[in-house]
Amino acid sequence: MSNSDLHAFTPLLLLAGASVLVMLLIVARLSHRVIQSVSLVLFLVSFASLAYIRNVLPYHIDPLFVIDSFGVFMMGLIIFSGLVVNVLSYIYFEEKEEGPREYYVLLFLCTLGACVLAVSEHFISLFLGLEILTVGLYALIAYLRKRNHSIEAGIKYLILAAFSSAFLLFGMALIYLQTGTMAFADMAKAITSGNVPPLFLTGLGMMLVGVGFKLAVVPFHMWTADVYQGAPVPVTAFIATASKGGVVAVLLRFFIMIDGFRMEGLELMLICIAIASMVTGNLLALRQNNIKRLLAYSSIAHLGYLLVAFIAGSAMVPHAVSFYLMAYFITTLAAFGVIVVLSHREADAEDLSVYKALFWKHPVLACILSAALLSLAGIPLTAGFTGKFYILATGIQGGFWLLAFVLVGSSVVGLYYYLRVITMMFSGAHDHLPEPKEKHPVFLAISMVVLSMLTLMVIWLGVYPEGMLSIVNQFHLK
Amino acid sequence: MILVLLIVILMAGGILALIGGKWSHSFPRGVALASCTVAFLMMLSLWLGRYKGFNIDADSNWLIEYHKEWIPSFGISFHLAVDGLSLLLLVLTCFIGILAVLCSWEEIRERTGFYYFNLLWILAGVAGVFMAMDLFLFYFFWEVMLIPMYFLIGIWGSENRVYASYKFFIFTQASGLLMFLAILGLYFVHGNNTGFYTFNYFELINTEMPPQTAIWLMMGFMIAFAVKLPVIPFHTWLPDAHGEAPTAGSLILAGLLLKTGAYGMLRFVIPIFPGAAAEIALPAMALGVAGILYGAVMAYSQTDLKRLVAFTSVSHMGFVIVGIFAFNELALQGVVMQLVTHAISTGALFIMAGMIKERLHTRDLGQMGGLWTQMPRMGALGIVFAMASLGLPGLGSFIAEFLILLGTFNAQVWITVIAASGLVLSAVYSLRIVQKIFLGPPRGQLAADLSGREMMIMAALTISIVWLGLFPQPIINTARPAIVQLVQMLEPGNSLQSHQSYVK
Repeated sequence: MSNSDLHAFTPLLLLAGASVLVMLLIVARLSHRVIQSVSLVLFLVSFASLAYIRNVLPYHIDPLFVIDSFGVFMMGLIIFSGLVVNVLSYIYFEEKEEGPREYYVLLFLCTLGACVLAVSEHFISLFLGLEILTVGLYALIAYLRKRNHSIEAGIKYLILAAFSSAFLLFGMALIYLQTGTMAFADMAKAITSGNVPPLFLTGLGMMLVGVGFKLAVVPFHMWTADVYQGAPVPVTAFIATASKGGVVAVLLRFFIMIDGFRMEGLELMLICIAIASMVTGNLLALRQNNIKRLLAYSSIAHLGYLLVAFIAGSAMVPHAVSFYLMAYFITTLAAFGVIVVLSHREADAEDLSVYKALFWKHPVLACILSAALLSLAGIPLTAGFTGKFYILATGIQGGFWLLAFVLVGSSVVGLYYYLRVITMMFSGAHDHLPEPKEKHPVFLAISMVVLSMLTLMVIWLGVYPEGMLSIVNQFHLK
Repeated sequence: MILVLLIVILMAGGILALIGGKWSHSFPRGVALASCTVAFLMMLSLWLGRYKGFNIDADSNWLIEYHKEWIPSFGISFHLAVDGLSLLLLVLTCFIGILAVLCSWEEIRERTGFYYFNLLWILAGVAGVFMAMDLFLFYFFWEVMLIPMYFLIGIWGSENRVYASYKFFIFTQASGLLMFLAILGLYFVHGNNTGFYTFNYFELINTEMPPQTAIWLMMGFMIAFAVKLPVIPFHTWLPDAHGEAPTAGSLILAGLLLKTGAYGMLRFVIPIFPGAAAEIALPAMALGVAGILYGAVMAYSQTDLKRLVAFTSVSHMGFVIVGIFAFNELALQGVVMQLVTHAISTGALFIMAGMIKERLHTRDLGQMGGLWTQMPRMGALGIVFAMASLGLPGLGSFIAEFLILLGTFNAQVWITVIAASGLVLSAVYSLRIVQKIFLGPPRGQLAADLSGREMMIMAALTISIVWLGLFPQPIINTARPAIVQLVQMLEPGNSLQSHQSYVK
């Protein structure tokens, strides 16, 4: 690796180094507070390093990686969510029975894995990134190992993720057999002439199964609600954002480079998955009384929405997907942040009854959660609306009216359950809530500041998205 | 700039009320009243200042315009403009806004800050809808008025409020999203034709498209507006929402939100899709007539006072849709009159229902009776507005319904005949209101007559409805340029209609 390679690789190296550094700090028996603060700084440094490599884009590290503006943007989103999760983790884990220090090592590793995915253009780097991400997640999900739900969620995720990795590998092997290469760009050259060979399509289909599991789209969604519910709340936030973001990024890059949109069978399959995800996710969320499960089903629906833009296959796709992911990340982080702040030692604030009359007790938290839920529902003035608008525009431009109608119809259904939570917060008499956490005033204050900033970003992206759009609209993946 | 200022005043007032509500119970209502009054005076001075300018020979019937780029990547701009029609509705919005604040003055005692925040933001949204000349911006405001209304019904409504607020929100949101799809469709049709992607109303108005596409896109708009108006069979949200909302909520729903539907048809459906609109004219009018009769019959059979008034809205809005699809100046002038007078007369009835509820704690007609002896002032005013509702000459609604029927007679004789029978039915339900509430043996409730504040509200409404009945010319003059242009759009060949001279 040359010097300039290393330069372009700085963010990933920093993340990898950070995990080692945190491990050393744990050996030195430093307190949770110190370790948390150091990892916060390290996250900030990694995030800042993205600006540092700005001038060398796009940069190819052949054959595994391409570091272009889209990749950097996605890395930025992933590291940012890692950062927010890191901030939220202190008040959550400080009270728990488990020693929280090793958690930060795993968090760095998972972030690293997701970032690797975002910049990979080769099956090897794809698989490596994915495994770094998932192996870290096994441990993170089951981190509170004395709790039944955690263990159950961890095992479920382990089995299904291993299963899906197997599918993914088999698919890759088939594609390799057909094209003789594992680099996306060479693959595209190998299949340009004439028809797409059936073996290649089969491989692609199997890969889609594997990726579908990671993204939790219907019919590969069975694990989602249980894992969301069982995992510690900050980890759930990470699964909902960073881990999905990385996979979407690599999937998009892969599809655009091999021009997967022109393969009709594949398109049909994606359309079915998208419709099934939107409908099923929203319908299943209707009757949930656990907000973590509710958000799990909502995330299934949101990935379905995302696929609507994805399927359109036009030049607008990376723009719409990037913007939507950004809106979705910020919103989801804000929503889970509120759950973290409201959770206490024994149980997470996951039952909907906890949120009754929240507005009259914690107006700020209630406003943040309302903004987040309205954004998820796609109501104007919020980031979610702009994102949904972009997706609809992309879909309709591609002529996919059916998908647009399903999107609209299912998001009306979705409104019902988002409104249910909001109504809950605004209704009822007081007295139901656990007392606010006064135990860690500094970290609580930091968390609140971060959450408020996320909310402002949600509103900013809804009211004046032009700045972000002009950044996003420069992405070219070919 | 004054247009932006209007929205800013309302929104800023709302935020101020929300913040101030933490410390003081009565501060928010003061802020709300002040911002509505300032907004009203602004619009009034604009109207009076420009009154001489309403002239059909002028180059453009747009009075003021404000244009600023918003999201240029998509061709979205922050584009507001006002013509006579919009200006009338804006004045109405601010007027109803003041009344809404006044009639919540004592009724709302809990969470006042948030209450007035919602109230002002609904007004801001409605004002935005009446001014937006960018379809994206229009949809944006369309939604802005929705969520605060949901809260208003859901938090401060009566017993069955949660159900009513869901129903309201989901009906309007679903139809709004269909409209949004249609807007996007229009955007791409226009973009593909010209290579110039924009949401600007004045560009999209000239979009050429095959009739089949036009019908589909128009249906997207129509459904959204028909739900709002409401047209049968999309009306089922209305009795629930009106019935359960707090007084100010019902007032705004009936007075303003329903009007946005009619405004949308006048501003978007007819100018953008004149051909397609002509094709669905007969079915639309038939639905309108069905609404007139159905609303009236349903109103007669209600036992809940607010639901009764709500169904009279369905009936009155039936006249609006009949008038719109008659496509001639007389009928359209009647529609504009109907929008204004219905806001005032039905608004007054809702306010009165609220006052009675405050005193008797019931909306059940069966438990009322003989109130005249205890509340002679309210009794007298009640009769005035019941008469307005049945269309008594001398009061505003008569002018409106008469013009609509006159105009429709030119277009569809049989529709007019059936619609006119609605007037008979309206007399039946209006008289029933008076009889059940004010006449008959007293039921022994003790109720104080109207207070000074309440007299002020009712006086303002009474003066307006009588003024509109006796001297409607200012309204007709103001709306005329916009309406003449609309009629010209419908028949491009012979631009000047023969019956134009009827309205002088």
